[in-house]
Amino acid sequence: MKLSGWGRYPVLDCRMERLRDHNLHGMLDRRHTLIARGNGRSYGDAALNPDLTLSMLAMDRMQAFDAETGRLTCEAGVLLADVLDTFVPRGWFPPVVPGTKFVTVGGMIAADVHGKNHHRDGSFGAHVESLTLVTADGKVRECSRSEHVDLFRATIGGMGLTGVILSANFRLKPIETAFVMAETVPTRDLDETMALFEASRDWPYSVAWIDCLARGARLGRSLVSRGTFMACGSLPSRLVREPLCPAPVGRLMVPFDAPSVLLNRASIGLYNALYYRRGQVRGGARPIHFNPFFFPLDRIEAWNRLYGRRGFVQYQCVLPRAKSPAGIAALLERVAATGQGSFLAVLKLLGPAGEGMMSFPMEGYTLALDFPMRNGTLALLDALDEITHRHGGRVYLAKDACCTPERMREGYPRLGAFEAVRAEAAGAPPMFASELSRRLTL
Amino acid sequence: MNGGVETALVIGAMSDIGRAVAHALAEDGYALQLAARDPARLERETRDIRVRTGGAVTVHRCDVLDEDGGVSLLDTLDPLPDVAVCVVGLLGDQAESQQNPDAAERVIRTNYIGPALLMGSLAERFEQRGSGVLVGISSVAGDRGRAANYVYGSAKAGFTAFLSGLRNRLATSGVHVVTVKPGFVRTRMTDGMDLPSWLTAEPEEVAAAVVKAIRRRRDVIYVRGIWRLIMLIIRAVPERMFKWIKWA
Ligand SMILES: Cc1cc2nc3c(=O)[nH]c(=O)nc-3n(C[C@H](O)[C@H](O)[C@H](O)COP(=O)(O)OP(=O)(O)OC[C@H]3O[C@@H](n4cnc5c(N)ncnc54)[C@H](O)[C@@H]3O)c2cc1C
Ligand SMILES: NC(=O)c1ccc[n+]([C@@H]2O[C@H](COP(=O)([O-])OP(=O)(O)OC[C@H]3O[C@@H](n4cnc5c(N)ncnc54)[C@H](OP(=O)(O)O)[C@@H]3O)[C@@H](O)[C@H]2O)c1
Repeated sequence: MKLSGWGRYPVLDCRMERLRDHNLHGMLDRRHTLIARGNGRSYGDAALNPDLTLSMLAMDRMQAFDAETGRLTCEAGVLLADVLDTFVPRGWFPPVVPGTKFVTVGGMIAADVHGKNHHRDGSFGAHVESLTLVTADGKVRECSRSEHVDLFRATIGGMGLTGVILSANFRLKPIETAFVMAETVPTRDLDETMALFEASRDWPYSVAWIDCLARGARLGRSLVSRGTFMACGSLPSRLVREPLCPAPVGRLMVPFDAPSVLLNRASIGLYNALYYRRGQVRGGARPIHFNPFFFPLDRIEAWNRLYGRRGFVQYQCVLPRAKSPAGIAALLERVAATGQGSFLAVLKLLGPAGEGMMSFPMEGYTLALDFPMRNGTLALLDALDEITHRHGGRVYLAKDACCTPERMREGYPRLGAFEAVRAEAAGAPPMFASELSRRLTL
Repeated sequence: MNGGVETALVIGAMSDIGRAVAHALAEDGYALQLAARDPARLERETRDIRVRTGGAVTVHRCDVLDEDGGVSLLDTLDPLPDVAVCVVGLLGDQAESQQNPDAAERVIRTNYIGPALLMGSLAERFEQRGSGVLVGISSVAGDRGRAANYVYGSAKAGFTAFLSGLRNRLATSGVHVVTVKPGFVRTRMTDGMDLPSWLTAEPEEVAAAVVKAIRRRRDVIYVRGIWRLIMLIIRAVPERMFKWIKWA
């Protein structure tokens, strides 16, 4: 069947099967390669393999929950949305969440996803205590910081290339309410944006939406949004009746009406300007439900179709902190120069790198942009890649569809160690492979 | 009842529809009794339900092809459930059923004789108690026999008629009977089939419809309303014409 990532580029004809129980033996066949697939929310070609793409969505059982420590054990195909529905009403929240809740636990581990709290809490992998992995020999291994440590570190952020994650356990953290006290602060330029990030280190959650059409003196002007979960006592009276409601009620919790504006893709410039102004008008911190705070795009189903049939690509890179001011400016200038704009232009300060050998985050600024796939897009991406590369940065494999092997290699210094562990787990030639690994000669 | 909590029995709980029904009932506050041919395999489901809902779950064995038709299941149930949902079924292979009577018999016993006898025995006990809801998962395939699946369809037709008679008989007894005709459902049974998405329900949709039908004491439900219309039309075609139509 025709399969793609969230960006709908590239599209490949893949044999897809669903894993239904813990027995993988029929699927591990030396004659073909395979890759596990979660909910297909990576943008590019990470979860595609024409030989065999193994959907994990039927592996969605929860296995145990310890209400003392918040430790949840579940199969890898469990959706983050399911975890939220089940545990928010009981006062627990995942330690790290990406910008959509329609991802699987396996996908969050394999991409070692980061959230708005990376500067404080690290990536998802940092909160995983152990995982079970099926390797090419058919053995099921329990990997953790004390057992099969290297395999554990290669699998976190390993993009499915070390094997199939069957289940994992990680700790949820206690929350008193499902509401975040959030404020949006407009900034005038990139310096101010970055200064505000530095000054916001004590806020658990922070992220900036950049107006990527602003140029010159206004380059990098942003809306910096930051937030922290609210305690029961600080909840306004209209919300106290159900402090832990898993879904937002009414309009008042929606931070802005952006998504409906998004629907018109001719209006990027207008949208960015509006977005900027909107944020400016509404000063001060306000309570908002965690759903619109963390997952604003989830409100529009299948928004990826807005870009039309050719799909789109997302470009996300991270630059080391010291090189960030110059590097991010260069990237933004390059984008602004095309006049093409990007619906989403998100900037975030990341904390130190974690233990995953192929994990994306490192201390510095990460910038995420997306572009409709048209003539010229590949050239633009190449130019952005070149800037990233020149500033010692790297691209996020969960978003990537275009990077070259050489640049990728330089961006990931622990690649050698990863390849050694993978050779052992996946065999030679590696049984676990994707279109991404083929393209990047991994 | 045990301490105010109502109990629901799901027979065929390992199927995708059965599992979804079990989850929906647990979320609705029922304590669960899950039955399958191999109860050991149910362990994965029971853990899942316990983690998600914190509800009580017990596990039971039931094979309708057993000599007793699986009815000994009833003796393992404590308490007698308030609601019983029978999801047991087997699509089988029409061509094989045509050539091999044993295969046909298996389909007929699994879709008709087994479920009917089970529902019948449960009905006796529910009637004695004077309360309860019986839910049978039948199929639109039983609304009219078609070349492509009439062995399965006729067995479902038998089950549908059985449930209808049971409902009629028990109307004044406090026991209610629901017949579910799901239309196409995306499950293991239909894995790999190319089904039109507007006619195809997710197992969760079937489950939600079942829970609603129990609450509202509905008689016969089609999960997606469009199926009621389609089957109305299909049933209206005169046999003289019907026999020439080649259904995809
Ligand atoms: C709107 C949106 C916002 C996003 N925001 C963020 C963000 O803020 N931060 C961030 O880090 N990411 C973000 N992402 C990216 C997303 O979180 C990751 O791509 C994630 O991996 C997707 O999970 P998935 O279950 O859909 O996995 P898929 O996309 O299906 O797969 C992703 C990778 O995980 C592997 N994989 C999946 N399951 C398994 C398994 N069981 N065993 C082994 N390997 C497996 C696949 O092989 C593939 O390499 C965002 C994506 C979208 C669409
Ligand atoms: N999928 C559809 O499109 C569709 C449409 C209309 C109606 N239905 C009906 O919905 C029900 C569930 O179907 P499904 O799609 O979820 O398919 P399924 O996974 O094949 O489910 C069949 C169920 O029947 C049980 N079963 C089979 N033989 C049995 C036996 N001898 N004794 C006891 N239990 C037995 C199976 O139990 P085990 O778990 O123990 O194997 C399983 O739970 C069936 O009655 C089917 O006819 C399905």
